[in-house]
Amino acid sequence: MTDTVLIETRNLTKSFGGLQVLKGVDIQVHQGEAIAVIGPSGGGKSTFLRCLNLLETPDSGDVIFEGQKINQKGTDVDKYRQKMGMVFQHFNVFPHMTVQQNITLAPVLLKKQTKAEADAKALYLLERIGLLDKKDEYPRKLSGGQKQRLAIVRALAMEPDVMLFDEPTSALDPEMVGEVLSVIRALVEAGMTTVIVTHEMGFAREVSDRILFMADGVIVEQAAPADLLDHPQQPRTQEFLSKVL
Amino acid sequence: MTFTTVFQNIIKLLAKYWDVFLVKGVSVTLALSAITVVFGAVLGALLALMRRSHLGVIRFLVTAFVEFIRGTPMLLQLYVGYFIVPLLFPALEIGTFASISVALVINSGAYVSEIIRSGIQAVDIGQTEAARSLGLTKGMTMRKVVLPQAVKNILPALGNEFVTIIKETSLASTFFVGDLMTSYLIVKGATYLAFESLIIVGAIYFVLTFSLSKLVGAFERRLKQSD
Repeated sequence: MTDTVLIETRNLTKSFGGLQVLKGVDIQVHQGEAIAVIGPSGGGKSTFLRCLNLLETPDSGDVIFEGQKINQKGTDVDKYRQKMGMVFQHFNVFPHMTVQQNITLAPVLLKKQTKAEADAKALYLLERIGLLDKKDEYPRKLSGGQKQRLAIVRALAMEPDVMLFDEPTSALDPEMVGEVLSVIRALVEAGMTTVIVTHEMGFAREVSDRILFMADGVIVEQAAPADLLDHPQQPRTQEFLSKVL
Repeated sequence: MTFTTVFQNIIKLLAKYWDVFLVKGVSVTLALSAITVVFGAVLGALLALMRRSHLGVIRFLVTAFVEFIRGTPMLLQLYVGYFIVPLLFPALEIGTFASISVALVINSGAYVSEIIRSGIQAVDIGQTEAARSLGLTKGMTMRKVVLPQAVKNILPALGNEFVTIIKETSLASTFFVGDLMTSYLIVKGATYLAFESLIIVGAIYFVLTFSLSKLVGAFERRLKQSD
């Protein structure tokens, strides 16, 4: 972890209809840092994460990525999204493309890599996650865990500066959680900047440098994993942890 | 009028007028339907795209147009086409067949645009989000991710639209364009055997639409398999 701030949000707010989901969120994510976001459902975790790459447009506040405010008119959001990989709860792999095509689509289309480079990179990534033999299969032949690992390397193929994980194991069968978490763990250990929204407290404790506890649209508390999980300061955090731990 | 005489009359009619029914009638009906489906699909795709425009004015106009077409009788639209199209382009000396075709295409385009729109909407929003999160532009996402998946929803519905159109072109006989229903009018006029002619025409329509919808069904199952 370095002192360079990769992503920063300032007073982020977001409402859906009359419901205010984010009520002013300020965070800094440093280069190489792994942040876990925990908290009760409906507390704004996913919305917050989706604001970082502007899948949701914040109502007010700033999203600053690599020193640039990106949530303003005239910003080429696509250019920044190329540097922010995202992994979704429901995988969202492309069912009409083979495993390998899923990975090479974006790098080739966006001219980041030639077809040959992208293919080589895809094979290398598939090898690393143990799916090389599935390269010509369509995603319908994959298990949930395999789909999610594919979704992770699809994002990695763009060589992003940060990876955003939105409850990556919540839709998985229990026996497949481990294989996905180990891929994420390897990424974090390799120094990838990571923000992960998760309900896996053990995993959050093990891999993250810092845990944010979000509830009711604000960051209630943030600290190193051991501090936050074992010695929560805020009553709201204590109440939540007493229910889940 | 007994069953036997009806049957005998049908045989007689078929022997004498088979080419009016099967050659002229069927070919004009199929030609009219094919023109309608092909150009209707092109127009429908165009309308569907325009309904996704970021200009509210275009969205409003196209939606209003589609609702108007869907909300008025086809026969009325055919009359409008029959009278208006030749007036709009007097230099082209547009005949009845062409005017009616234009009206059919416009009608079908409105329905097809709805088919395409719902086909696109049926693709999981997560697909769009995943593509956009990789940095793909709106256009790339549409072309490479959404449309290829929407086609699976759209093609079978287009096939069914073809079946519907075959039946609806019968309204064009009002203007004597030479389709299958016009064959009925011709033969009835010549022989006064209205009931028998109707049975023949009905049977041909049924064979056409039934076999076509079976084909569409088989095609649909093949698309499903590749899922």
